[in-house]
Amino acid sequence: MKHNVCLLEAVNLALASEMRRDEEIITLGEDIGVNGGVFRATDNLRDEFGVKRVMDTPLAETMIAGLSIGMASQGLKPIAEIQFMGFIFPALEQIICHAARIRNRTRGRLSCPLVIRAPFGGGIHAPEHHSESTEALLAHIPGLKVVIPSSPARAYGLLLAAIRDPDPVIFLEPKRIYRSQQQEIDDNAIALPIGRCFTLKEGSDITLVSWGAMISETLAAAEALADSNIKCEVIDVASVNPLDMETILSSVKKTGRLVIIHEAARSGGVGADISASVAENALLDLQAPIARVTGYDTIMPYFRLENHYLPNSQDIIDAVTQTMEFV
Amino acid sequence: MTSIHPLQYLDPEGNKTQDLPNTCTSDWLLRCYHFMVLSRQFDTKAIALQRTGQLGTYASLLGSEAIDVPTALAMQKNDVLVPYYRNHACQITRGVPLEEVLLYWGGDERGNAAEKMQQDFPNAVPIATQSLHACGVASAFKIRNQKRAAVTLIGDGGTSKGDFMEALNVAGVWQLPVVFIINNNQWAISVPRHIQSAAAQLADKGLAAGIPSMQVDGNDPIAMQQAVQQALNRAYEGKGATLIEAISYRLSDHTTADDATRYRPSDELKVAWEKEPLKRLRNYLVSQQLWDESKEQALHEKISTLVQTAADKYVAMPPQPVSSMFDYLYFEPTEQLQEQRDWAEVRAMTGGSHYQEGESS
Repeated sequence: MKHNVCLLEAVNLALASEMRRDEEIITLGEDIGVNGGVFRATDNLRDEFGVKRVMDTPLAETMIAGLSIGMASQGLKPIAEIQFMGFIFPALEQIICHAARIRNRTRGRLSCPLVIRAPFGGGIHAPEHHSESTEALLAHIPGLKVVIPSSPARAYGLLLAAIRDPDPVIFLEPKRIYRSQQQEIDDNAIALPIGRCFTLKEGSDITLVSWGAMISETLAAAEALADSNIKCEVIDVASVNPLDMETILSSVKKTGRLVIIHEAARSGGVGADISASVAENALLDLQAPIARVTGYDTIMPYFRLENHYLPNSQDIIDAVTQTMEFV
Repeated sequence: MTSIHPLQYLDPEGNKTQDLPNTCTSDWLLRCYHFMVLSRQFDTKAIALQRTGQLGTYASLLGSEAIDVPTALAMQKNDVLVPYYRNHACQITRGVPLEEVLLYWGGDERGNAAEKMQQDFPNAVPIATQSLHACGVASAFKIRNQKRAAVTLIGDGGTSKGDFMEALNVAGVWQLPVVFIINNNQWAISVPRHIQSAAAQLADKGLAAGIPSMQVDGNDPIAMQQAVQQALNRAYEGKGATLIEAISYRLSDHTTADDATRYRPSDELKVAWEKEPLKRLRNYLVSQQLWDESKEQALHEKISTLVQTAADKYVAMPPQPVSSMFDYLYFEPTEQLQEQRDWAEVRAMTGGSHYQEGESS
């Protein structure tokens, strides 16, 4: 069945769709039941699947993560919602020390097939602590997968993949583009692969690599640059761990130029890792230094200044222009 | 507040303080004593192995025998144990081979993979995190309408952590089939009970979460058996969680890396030894004509052979191949991991930068 949906509705569609197919799936989190989640990502799930499968939890993130680990060890597939990524930190000990490790430390005797969903990123004039992009913290942790959709179709297909994955997946939803784009998607139960980039636009002059809400800015920049006859290849990384360097490297080998765009702070970001891998594996294919367009190494500012922090399409155009002009 | 008199059937000398429950048959008493002696001899061997460089840092179980053994004996096979790092007596009594327990403390993840562990969790090293896993396991039982329970243990120090409080809270409000057991052995490394919490009893923490909570003499295996069995029955009957605070004493250092003489008065330890659990049960068994010196000697000899055989098996076990670092991280290794596994294997080969004689790669 076809649905014309935004990214947020695509999340809801994937959850409902997979919960109908697999009775072992449990969703849990704060306000996800009667209220359908503060953004409504779990709207109507409780009515359809009941309180045993759509659980309003007490207000305790460590507990949500720890409980999910226990459930997963019994073969259930918990999908936990952390209401905002800024509140994930109490759960990190459970995620890093247990969810990510239990398969390895028991040599496969136990495993942890869980999904932790969290809206992340800035741009919606949210309260303090509601706008951070700390995906690199999680991408750094062996044993986790970190997936970030950037369109309704990829939200649907990647969330299905995350739920079906036998290992813990952190699924970060760019809330700034939750409702900004409608797409017709078929509720066909087909998952997209985790650990593969998506080439959204082919081009021969320069490779633009990004993820999450920055994909919209990157596509806008590519469009504007096309008017100046600069052909950009746009790659949505989609999975920051595992990282599909193969797609990025083959694009860079073709274009010889690379700009990496992310909203998160610059230093120690996933962009630094991509940049290092390209330097290690394709240095001689580069015709210009790699450029990064990122957030600053500052605290994500409270909303009156957030537009100064967030990279925009003009920043990307400027970086591309400089890279193209390098001799 | 919970009752100020911990549940007790045997006083420190092994005299009955009240009539024993019917469930404490002579068979059960002898079985319990067997595993308590086995645990203690295992502990002595493990420390000896550590002192001779054949085991890693090891957390002694000395003084926890009357908590862990009756707990394991009360549990059904398909209940799930969610331990912290001082519950090897419980693991051993649940049937985990001694050499597997040694393997864990010998720095080898295969010790967490023992088939006999079934669905039990491995030791939680980060404090109190296990309490929440037990609630998750119990949630799964409840969701699936299974008559099973999760049993989780924690030290007195662990009760200060948020995870423990969050676990009690959710177990109370969701009526989860979980049994929380605090081994209040009076010391969290060097921090004594009185500066850990102002709660008159640690069991009081369960009351705030709406959970029936009680103190039990943790050196009295019969009291522990009764308390745990009742808690399990409540769980099986859908009546929710129970918190048991077992009053015991850590007769050892915190771990083999610790030296308790730096902070613990020696007369306190001396007094604690007078209440220790093995002597108590043995005295009772003798008073009932169930035990005597020759039986004691025969048991020690039998167990000593068991423990030595396990130690020999453990010492003879070759390390895992270096590739095992990579192979269990995900269901399928990522491309990056496959590449790095190749590097590690090459480095581990003869002539490689990480070559070690006697190791397979």
